[in-house]
Amino acid sequence: MNFLQQALEYIFSAENWAGPAGLGARILEHLQYTGVAVAVSALIAIPIGLIIGHTGRGALLVVTGVNALRALPTLGILLLGVLLWGLGLLPPTVALTLLGVPPLLAGTYAGIANVDPNVVDAARSMGMTEARVLTRVEIPTAMPLILGGLRTATLQIVATATVAAYASLGGLGRYLIDGIKVRQFHIALVGALLVTALALLLDAVLAAAVWVSMPGSGRLRRRIPQPLVDDEMRLETQPPRRTPDYSGRDPAPPGGGASPNVEGW
Amino acid sequence: MNYLLNHLDTAWALTLIHLRLSLIPVILGLMIAVPLGALVWRHRALRRLTTFTASLVFTIPSLALFVALPLIIPTRILDEANVIVALTLYTTALLVRAVPEALDAVPGSVRDAASALGYTRVGQLLKVELPLSIPVLVAGLRVVAVTNISMVSVGSVIGIGGLGTWFTEGYQADKSDQIVAGIMVIFVLAILIDLIIVLAGRLLTPWARRVPVT
Repeated sequence: MNFLQQALEYIFSAENWAGPAGLGARILEHLQYTGVAVAVSALIAIPIGLIIGHTGRGALLVVTGVNALRALPTLGILLLGVLLWGLGLLPPTVALTLLGVPPLLAGTYAGIANVDPNVVDAARSMGMTEARVLTRVEIPTAMPLILGGLRTATLQIVATATVAAYASLGGLGRYLIDGIKVRQFHIALVGALLVTALALLLDAVLAAAVWVSMPGSGRLRRRIPQPLVDDEMRLETQPPRRTPDYSGRDPAPPGGGASPNVEGW
Repeated sequence: MNYLLNHLDTAWALTLIHLRLSLIPVILGLMIAVPLGALVWRHRALRRLTTFTASLVFTIPSLALFVALPLIIPTRILDEANVIVALTLYTTALLVRAVPEALDAVPGSVRDAASALGYTRVGQLLKVELPLSIPVLVAGLRVVAVTNISMVSVGSVIGIGGLGTWFTEGYQADKSDQIVAGIMVIFVLAILIDLIIVLAGRLLTPWARRVPVT
């Protein structure tokens, strides 16, 4: 069985990497399908997960939605998409997005919903608005789980982007599927090896991101300053103005914490 | 819908193949992962090694593994056995990480009570700790079963049987109704299997129902 040797020879020959149908171009195509689908999944799943996790309303929707989406066969959606909308980037993006949404939605929702309610209450009683509770307390705390969901989604999408080749698109699936079709198994193996390498690489990067994002670990030098100290510092460093600018970034705390009354008008 | 009604017998035959390819691995994986997970549970180094290997296996794309397996084990390329072995590996990889975590989650008081009642370490594992980890196993099994059902259909692009063949056939013949029929059957199949696993989990943990949910 020297398919492996043949495959490695193919990969390590410079002439196979150049050109519009070379390995380099196929890897870029593969990354393009993956990147677009991951981005669209994140744009759909993360806001929904944040809202449902924060309000606690619609949890059942997440559970049933995640299960139902998972049960949809990606290949069927892709090929149906091609028949309905024609060739192009749309069918693989839709099919792969449907694959990426469940883990991202589940991760985001679980991350936000599992933030210690005492911490959330404390943040609220400190006078944070709901938006601030979400962005400065809940999201940083939930970050490892959100990124974990992103990791799973990316992994599944990069692995499954291979099937785009079946719908006459590019990507590393070209080698895998064409190799099988013309019984050149070492070519199929080239595709298999490179997809695996790509998946391992992306997974390692995202695993590192999850590790870095652990809250309180100090692995991530936060550009976001500590919220409470930050607010106090700003109050102290700014001379009191007649019309405090509480609009936008610095909303007035409910009940009027550093309220106009204190400053005498 | 019409396509499905006109091809019910084919649908049934393909469903059986599909279930065989996706569920035998679930059963095999469960049979490997539970003892393996319980064995490495108390050994820090072995547990780390298992977790690491499992994550690595889980990262390998399934389609790639279907193609690459004949290099590692003596099967023919495009053999059904490749699919079963590959999906068994995935199932094991996913569950073997969950088992020690589920065992960790058994409360210390329960453990103490069990040993006070005179359970040996093995007896305690089999009769107290593993039953209490069923909910975690059920959660893992649900993900893995539904994922396997979807993965087997992807395998049809490299000539693996099952309901996925309706996708490739329908695509080549430009028959969207055949593809829609395939999606419907696979969707219903996945939801049904999911339900069966949930129900089995409930039947196996009767104590969970007696405790009022707070």
